[in-house]
Amino acid sequence: MTLNRRAFIGTGIATAAALNAPMVMGQAKPRVVVIGGGAGGATAARYIAKDSKGAVEVTLVEANPIYTTCFFSNLYIGGFREFESLQHGYDKMAATGVTVINDLATGVDRAAKTVTLAGGAVLPYDRLVLSPGIDFRDGSVPGWSVDAHAEIMPHAYKAGPQTQLLKAQIEAMPQGGTFAMIAPPNPYRCPPGPYERISMVAWLLSQKNPTAKILIVDPKEKFSKQGLFEDGWSRHYPGMVERVGPDFGGDKVEVRPDTMEVVIDGSAQKVDVCNVIPGQMAGKIAQIAGVTDEKGWAPVLPDSMKSKMDENVFVLGDSSAQGDMPKSGFSANSQAKVAAMAIRGELTGSKVFPAKYSNTCWSLLAADDGVKVGASYEPTPEKIASTSSFISQNGEDAGLRKQTYEESIGWYEGITADIFG
Amino acid sequence: MLKRIILALAMAGGPLSAAELIGDADKGEIVFRKCSGCHEVGVSARNRIGPELNRIFGRRAAAEKDGFFYSKGLARMGADGLDWEFKTLDAYLENPKALVTGTRMNFSGLKDPQDRADVLAYLRQFSDMPQNIPESSPTARAREVELPPEVLALVGDPEYGEYLANECQTCHQVDGSNDGIPAIIGWPAEDFVIAMHAYKQKIRPHPVMQMMAGRLTEEEIAALAAYFNGLE
Repeated sequence: MTLNRRAFIGTGIATAAALNAPMVMGQAKPRVVVIGGGAGGATAARYIAKDSKGAVEVTLVEANPIYTTCFFSNLYIGGFREFESLQHGYDKMAATGVTVINDLATGVDRAAKTVTLAGGAVLPYDRLVLSPGIDFRDGSVPGWSVDAHAEIMPHAYKAGPQTQLLKAQIEAMPQGGTFAMIAPPNPYRCPPGPYERISMVAWLLSQKNPTAKILIVDPKEKFSKQGLFEDGWSRHYPGMVERVGPDFGGDKVEVRPDTMEVVIDGSAQKVDVCNVIPGQMAGKIAQIAGVTDEKGWAPVLPDSMKSKMDENVFVLGDSSAQGDMPKSGFSANSQAKVAAMAIRGELTGSKVFPAKYSNTCWSLLAADDGVKVGASYEPTPEKIASTSSFISQNGEDAGLRKQTYEESIGWYEGITADIFG
Repeated sequence: MLKRIILALAMAGGPLSAAELIGDADKGEIVFRKCSGCHEVGVSARNRIGPELNRIFGRRAAAEKDGFFYSKGLARMGADGLDWEFKTLDAYLENPKALVTGTRMNFSGLKDPQDRADVLAYLRQFSDMPQNIPESSPTARAREVELPPEVLALVGDPEYGEYLANECQTCHQVDGSNDGIPAIIGWPAEDFVIAMHAYKQKIRPHPVMQMMAGRLTEEEIAALAAYFNGLE
């Protein structure tokens, strides 16, 4: 069939009636399948459906009927939010015209342009959007694997029961006990995330268990917002937080879940809670689809988030390798809007404007002490490049820090409404 | 035209600023009658509907409480670092609601620059350091958010605005909710344009907004103004 889709849509009812073939009519509407219902995928699905006003058939595949946001899950650990406040359903998606299927995508046939689901369904697509978040690299922390040890030493880096488990373990710590975190190597989801978590664990402990200690074992020399976090820890939690960087063996760590030991450069230490945040790679379905590189991430074109390996596939958010943007919910949401516009342009001929991206990450250090970092980005031929940036400063007055925190709450309401409708 | 304005701004901001008097304090006392229904200034001035205005120059926005209850909008700007000096007071008096979203100051603004200069010259007499060297801080005449008429006259493309607005909607909700982050729907287009240029020129202090506005062209700001103006 050589009929151009754009022409077909444009000529409308008369042509459709003349063809008089339901099969053809069904196929005439271009189909987009989106895998992953988080900040990237749900935003893309909603924006394509909303802005194409019914001209594109959009199906969102997400295994969990209720999504728990990773962003703000540290605030739940600190006691600043209820767990339920992190949870979002997909009931408003249908009103925008998105078909939501709660199933796990298990296969992608890029030649046939189909997606296979665990339940057996096969979904054909014209464009495929992959936004599956992260998966963990087994073996990145010797002694630990996600299947065998996540119940003993939680990662809590995909929000949900793991987050609740970690909080329960912290609350059950003996007085004066030790909480350890094995921090991840770059690149990983949410660069300030592990350190905001430290702040929230410290807050919780300072309320209930003030003689407890926190040990961070970190393979990285430096980390996001380091000056702001270290200043916050020394002001709010003096003497509580110790960080072992690579100069003291932070990059030579193994764990022994059976005995609750952390071994740093050969020397074992017993701890009470151990949060292992392992090395990461693109979500599994991106690996299965074969759009990832040797480093485990999916390279994309900077002006559209289109996969460099397949012109019919777009990869959003944490899974993508795009350049300077951090892996964050804000970034994924921003990238989704650019991809949605590009996809509509290809499928319906709608206008495509130049890509603009942005990101802001808020972190909470203690009650009413919020900080933020952000940047704007534009595509260059090589990558998505940062064009300008800002970061909170040490020594800001308490009023500004409180306002930054309140702003972050407003942002959470804003972005979740933008993602889920 | 644009080049000329940039040149003019550069000269005004340079070390050799013209020793320009900021206004006529006597005339300003008459202009102040428009303000005196709510504000007092001078000996024994008290907070009334609006705060008293002694030592307003150099004061952080919403900083001097003494029992005065400021709007959330003004408190937010104060926390962001808005200080009252000539250029910020001038921008505020020109259009209070454009500089400070959500201010309770129910005043449509002094459109005549001379009226503003005069009333500020009057108010300056009640500040701690009524400097009479015009170029010295905090009362020197500095840059204003003065937009060339052709920038204000730009008619934005709402379709482009709708795309650009996607980025705003990560934080600002289209239903007009304003907890922690202000609502931006339904603004008069001109107020929107002036506010965005004030961020772009870093007169409004918020760093995220300075960054977002900083990379928008005049046409893009007009497009956003057109789009958000159409939302209710």
